[in-house]
Amino acid sequence: MLGVWVKILIVEDELKTGDYLKQGLSEAGFVVDVARNGIDGLHLAQTGDYDLLVLDVMLPGLTGWQLLEILRHGGEDIPILFLTAKDEVEDRVRGLELGADDYLVKPFAFSELLARVRTLLRRGKGSIESTTIMRAADLELDLVRRRASRGGHRIDLTAKEFSLLELLIRRQGEVLPRSMIASQVWDMNFDSDTNVIEVAVRRLRSKIDDQFEPKLIRTIRGMGYVLEVPDRA
Amino acid sequence: MTKKLSLTARLTLLFVTGSSVVLLVLGWLIGSSIERHFEQQDRDALVGKLMLARHEIERVTSDQDLERLRAQLSDAVVGHQDLVMQVIGPRKDILLSSPDIEFPHDWLANVTTTPGNRLFVWSDGDRRYRGLAETIATGVATWPPLVVAVAVNIEHHQAFMKTFMQTLWLFVACAAAAAGLVGWFAATRGLAPLHAMRKRAASVTSHTLDQRLSADAVPPELADLATSLNEMLARLEDAFRRLSDFSSDLAHELRTPISNLMTQTQVSLSQERNAASYREILESNEEEFERLARMISDMLFLAKAENGLSMPSCEQVDLAREVRDLLEFYEALADEKNVSLQLIGGACVQGDRLMLRRALSNLVSNALRYTPQNGSVTVTVQQEKTQTTLSVTNHGETIPQQHLARLFERFYRADPSRQSISGEGTGLGLAITQAIAHAHRGRVLVTSAAGQTCFSILLPAGIQEHPQQTIRS
Repeated sequence: MLGVWVKILIVEDELKTGDYLKQGLSEAGFVVDVARNGIDGLHLAQTGDYDLLVLDVMLPGLTGWQLLEILRHGGEDIPILFLTAKDEVEDRVRGLELGADDYLVKPFAFSELLARVRTLLRRGKGSIESTTIMRAADLELDLVRRRASRGGHRIDLTAKEFSLLELLIRRQGEVLPRSMIASQVWDMNFDSDTNVIEVAVRRLRSKIDDQFEPKLIRTIRGMGYVLEVPDRA
Repeated sequence: MTKKLSLTARLTLLFVTGSSVVLLVLGWLIGSSIERHFEQQDRDALVGKLMLARHEIERVTSDQDLERLRAQLSDAVVGHQDLVMQVIGPRKDILLSSPDIEFPHDWLANVTTTPGNRLFVWSDGDRRYRGLAETIATGVATWPPLVVAVAVNIEHHQAFMKTFMQTLWLFVACAAAAAGLVGWFAATRGLAPLHAMRKRAASVTSHTLDQRLSADAVPPELADLATSLNEMLARLEDAFRRLSDFSSDLAHELRTPISNLMTQTQVSLSQERNAASYREILESNEEEFERLARMISDMLFLAKAENGLSMPSCEQVDLAREVRDLLEFYEALADEKNVSLQLIGGACVQGDRLMLRRALSNLVSNALRYTPQNGSVTVTVQQEKTQTTLSVTNHGETIPQQHLARLFERFYRADPSRQSISGEGTGLGLAITQAIAHAHRGRVLVTSAAGQTCFSILLPAGIQEHPQQTIRS
């Protein structure tokens, strides 16, 4: 997907969190190191040539803020995603002002973290896809005319269904959490206590998958949705 | 910084000072008028003697007459123990002088013809005199006028004044002390209700917040204070009760999902299973965790909104647009149930777009949840002069009256069984909506009758003035 050997450094003092983040990100195909305190984190970040930093705010030794400040002061422009347990507006603003690229409030869904990490890495690469036609198997999306077709058959989609499909196809192979879909497609930046995303995906699926093979949209329970072409093997 | 005097001490001091000043002024007035009275008395007596002397002196025409004059004037002062007289004859000789008395020479040397209005006071030994003198011409033209001086001994006046002043001082001192005592007593009595209030207030603890000060039993000056304190107690009690309810609600709400998770995990660990069933368990756990996480973030949001901490921005919000976006979001869900969604009206308000959207979203999702198949949900936005009303109306079961008022409470469920079946929601949605309305200085309303339920958010028109002014603790 993204080039091989993408290296991520996690700075997190909570043992379990650090371990699980490492496991999750490793299994998603990244090379992951974990530092358990601010000082080790700073040292590794400065010498390890990482592509992305996942930074906890509350750290022994050096706080996440301090680490962030030192790195940015030293001209390091590595993308940084910070994790915070405090959902205070000032906290978020402070992090972003100090030069963090994105933040997540604990507890967060792992799929959310993964999606944000990929977004940041893509931004880091600066590659904005400017294609007008996107494909997955025999599904074809004309981004300019906003039309979808599968196997040559035109499929009628509402505007939001098209946006949803576009998001899924742009991020083929990535599991997109519900919250991210709600925010990107409908601009709803809070968790709805309904299954509205499920319903929306189900309806989209009925249009593009039900009468076709292979099935492209999959539900990953507890994680979200992914559009991918199944391996033929 | 000196310590402030107690009210009792201040009042006592005030009483003492006040009464002393009044008594002293009174004493001085009485003393000086007595003094003046004595003076006038003396003057009258002296003027009378001088007139007598003049009468006699004017008839003197020879030295023999001088002798007669001496006898007559001596007679005039005889019997008046305190009265003394001196007459200086035509040859500067002392024609007549009362015994044992020295008239001051300076005074006598400067006496003029006009009867001196000015009384002269001098001391001779330990005696004190007040005198009047004048020069009186005799019938002999060649003689210089005689100098006549009369004086009274004012010792007894002074003795009287001295006693009087002593008595007065003693009286003032006693009266001041008495006033102090009365003042202290009055202050203590007067402040007794305050002490009682203090005692009462001191006995209020977190367990006895229901205690109130009795506003009827205290004087009117303190009644206001008592009422204010009672109101404060009521607010505290309310806040405290809500806080403790909140904690126990929270504990209770967390208990069920955590107990589910524990049981499920323990049961699944009790024996070997295949990968698929482990997966099944983890997935089920994940859903429960997600619900817990959402509950926690909802609680935090609620706590912040209720404390007026989160009003991050205040912008012009086009409600019609927000509602359209929301209805678009919920369209799929509504289609599933074949429920029609519609928007009527429109308005702009000042507020936080995300918060208002969230408040509305909760109402719409709530309405959708309780609308039966083929029903409808209508959002009405109405701008009036003083307020903007946002109503979400849906057809569905009428909510019994006793539940209506409590629907906006945290975790309140009209039908306790329903929530556990659907497994959706945190039971905080309506509470959040209410908190957001309050943060915008608005309020929420719910009515339910004849199979139609309507939730409304009422936002005052002038909220742009002080959107941030909420109570901070």
